[in-house]
Amino acid sequence: MGVEMRIVLRNYNKIDNSKIDDYIDTGGYKALEKAYNLEPIELIEELEKSGLRGRGGAGFNTGRKLRFTHGASGEEKFILCNADEGEPGTYKDRVIIQGDPHAILEGMAICGYAVGAKKGIIYLRAEYPYVADILKTAILQAKEKGVLGDFQIEICMGAGAYVCGEETALIESIEGKRGEPRSKPPYPPVSGLWGKPTAVFNVETLANIPQIIEKGSAWFAGIGDPSYPGTKVMTLTGDLVNKTFIEVPTDTTIRDIIYKFGGGIADGKQLQAVQIGGNSGALISPEYLDTSIAFDAMQKIGATLGSGAVFVTDESRNLRDVVCRISQFFEHESCGKCTPCREGTMRIHDLMQKICTGDGTKADLDLLTDLGEMMEVSCFCGLGQAAPVPILSAVKHFNLLDEERG
Amino acid sequence: MNSYKDILSKHKGLPGGIIQAYHAIQKEFNYLPEEAIIATAKEFGIPTKDAYEVATFYSYLSTKPRGKNIIRICESAPCHLAGTNEIVATLERELGIRMGDTTPDGKFTLEFTQCIGQCQGTPAITINRKPYVDVTPEKVPTILAEY
Repeated sequence: MGVEMRIVLRNYNKIDNSKIDDYIDTGGYKALEKAYNLEPIELIEELEKSGLRGRGGAGFNTGRKLRFTHGASGEEKFILCNADEGEPGTYKDRVIIQGDPHAILEGMAICGYAVGAKKGIIYLRAEYPYVADILKTAILQAKEKGVLGDFQIEICMGAGAYVCGEETALIESIEGKRGEPRSKPPYPPVSGLWGKPTAVFNVETLANIPQIIEKGSAWFAGIGDPSYPGTKVMTLTGDLVNKTFIEVPTDTTIRDIIYKFGGGIADGKQLQAVQIGGNSGALISPEYLDTSIAFDAMQKIGATLGSGAVFVTDESRNLRDVVCRISQFFEHESCGKCTPCREGTMRIHDLMQKICTGDGTKADLDLLTDLGEMMEVSCFCGLGQAAPVPILSAVKHFNLLDEERG
Repeated sequence: MNSYKDILSKHKGLPGGIIQAYHAIQKEFNYLPEEAIIATAKEFGIPTKDAYEVATFYSYLSTKPRGKNIIRICESAPCHLAGTNEIVATLERELGIRMGDTTPDGKFTLEFTQCIGQCQGTPAITINRKPYVDVTPEKVPTILAEY
């Protein structure tokens, strides 16, 4: 087994998530007090220096997002927590909230102070009503204790739409509309919820913030890969011995995640492919296992870190079937707003179904490649731009036509 | 049972409250009856088509009647790899219905869903949003007996 480094999961299974005093006893809400003693701009500088980048998949510098929101003019501003994790194979936000709900509330309140927002909303996926109960208790206790000052936090339940993980679609959904993404710019820090300056952060990003404020930006910047410092929670699924979640420094390699933390491939089989970041991630072949999971390192091999899902398939699996299933997901989850995504995801699934029956030809693969490359540049939002990634990588690195390999 | 008019009166006036109102209506009726959608549009002061647009966009909202207990089977890749097909076949056999259908007594509806975030225990299903993990065909009758 490898050795984990737990920052956002530091309290997982160590404290009672229904007791605010347990959190306070581990130093909870001290970071918020510390933040109040800084000028908002000093606080933002500290977060910028830490190098913390978004943990939801886009990897944007957290401090910079706060700076934009801080600088935007407007009396009313919002902090939104994106808890709409929907990438297949991902459940990190769930375990982070279940382990330490107050860390999210504290992170949101620190951000609220930094930008001058008095209100925060947690957009929680419909699949997690039992997580909503934990958050409701935490919010109530924080209010009773008065630890959040005049910062108010509410929960808004989603209703089942993967695209709502996209921040502007999420905002549309909070406004009570279809979760279709907005045209950008303007970006949310300028014009977000109800047209007001809004900063949207992933659960894992927020959970890191109190620790950074407490221990300092230098401490955080020194962990893992300098270009994407800190840790990442990874959820391990598929043909692994240990189907579990881990939190590791960002310079950990894919090989260590699979073989040290995941215990290797189940039943003594060999690795065929690993997909990192959920359905929108590339299928990675074994030759790239020594790549670190850091955001930029993954981009260099044409892959993504994304949500941190690690989905492993062994040599015996029919990869065409797996890719077909992934393409079906995108057909289902395309919101339909733009034609390249609405039609493209359907056509990709059609072609994959044909390839699955064994009737696929080289011409079909060429068509998939053409279609996928077109979607990457023409789709309106990240969903459609990423939908072809697993398909293109499968065509490039694996033989989808070979009967014997499957 | 609360009428949807009572439910709507609790949510109207809340900015963006329409989705939360729909959730509350579904809690009582398990779907969104047409008249409830029309009434929602009126309460929120939006065109009926907009209320329909929202009602038909999200996979947890349904405009068709469903059973008392909604069984959702995750069909995402990690669950698929772990044997979703066998679970589907077992549930269809046990309940005597196909995916998407409701039992004649209105007790169960079978639906596919995408990832439900319980991937440490694939294959996973939910019944009325309560998760069941590491489901095997053998466990299915025991799970159903809870309802």
